[in-house]
Amino acid sequence: MRALDDVTKDQIRSDIPAFREGDTVRVNVRVVDFKDTKKGVERRERLQAYEGIVIARHNKGISSSFTVRKISSNVGVERIFPLHSPMLESIKVIRHGRVRRAKLYYLRALRGKAARIRERRY
Amino acid sequence: MSVGLIARKAGMTQIFTEDGSAVPVTVLNVEPCKVIARRTEEKDGYSAVQVGFGAAKRVTSRAMQGHFAKQGQDVTAGLKEFRVATDAEYELGQELTAAQFEAGQKLDVSGTSKGRGFAGVMKRYDFAGGRATHGAEKVHRQMGSTGQCQWPGRVFPGKKMPGHYGNARSTTQNLEVVRVDEEQNRILVKGAVPGPRNGLVELRPAVKGV
Repeated sequence: MRALDDVTKDQIRSDIPAFREGDTVRVNVRVVDFKDTKKGVERRERLQAYEGIVIARHNKGISSSFTVRKISSNVGVERIFPLHSPMLESIKVIRHGRVRRAKLYYLRALRGKAARIRERRY
Repeated sequence: MSVGLIARKAGMTQIFTEDGSAVPVTVLNVEPCKVIARRTEEKDGYSAVQVGFGAAKRVTSRAMQGHFAKQGQDVTAGLKEFRVATDAEYELGQELTAAQFEAGQKLDVSGTSKGRGFAGVMKRYDFAGGRATHGAEKVHRQMGSTGQCQWPGRVFPGKKMPGHYGNARSTTQNLEVVRVDEEQNRILVKGAVPGPRNGLVELRPAVKGV
């Protein structure tokens, strides 16, 4: 396993804030567009914010990921982000939630008031 | 045609490329390899390089010791031959490292696949098996029919049936080299290679170009 850690260690990000399941986060994702112009295809990069509740974290070195769920125009949307991906510009924790599960898949069946999470205070 | 290398599979992981996509890679630690003997057209009828790899085992048979002594080389753990072009220049004792391959190159990787013991047709040949429910009785993982009736009156040779699966030489072709780490003598290829972690694999330049 040492060789595997060795290969990935320079890509492991150290600028990731501590957050856990139940927290509300805002993830700034780099989105790359390709636009046809007179000079040819132009590469454009912009930031897209995605905000929601972290319902799962998967910890496995460079392959770690986390799942963010939000309700967008009355439709539940879940997005899985690779934690160490260079496409994530930043992750900001907006609210700490108090939950008693590591995987909050039960939220998928709940809506509105029932899907609220108590705030965690220190 | 350049000579191949022997490596040990460290396992799989992923790395991110500059454009942000994650690439699945297999990490291969190249064993210390060196040229032990030459096979030449005049003497042997074909041209090849015999490569020795790894540190010597505790016990080496007298016959093997004799072979190494004759070539004037130190004893290694194993030997492997690679066919090379007739005019290829390799000196005895020459060290072979990961540096001979470069990122972007395609490789063929051979190894011994994981042994699966006596396996059924679903695992061994990807048969569909039977239904799980709807009255299916004892036929959930069976192979179904093995042929017709009175004519031909026999099962054709080569019929896919349950049996021993794995622990056989297997080659994965055209794996792209993602990174070569000369310092650590390590090669990263895109995709999976045969065999378990710590299994020995052979790396050769791909025979089929793209």
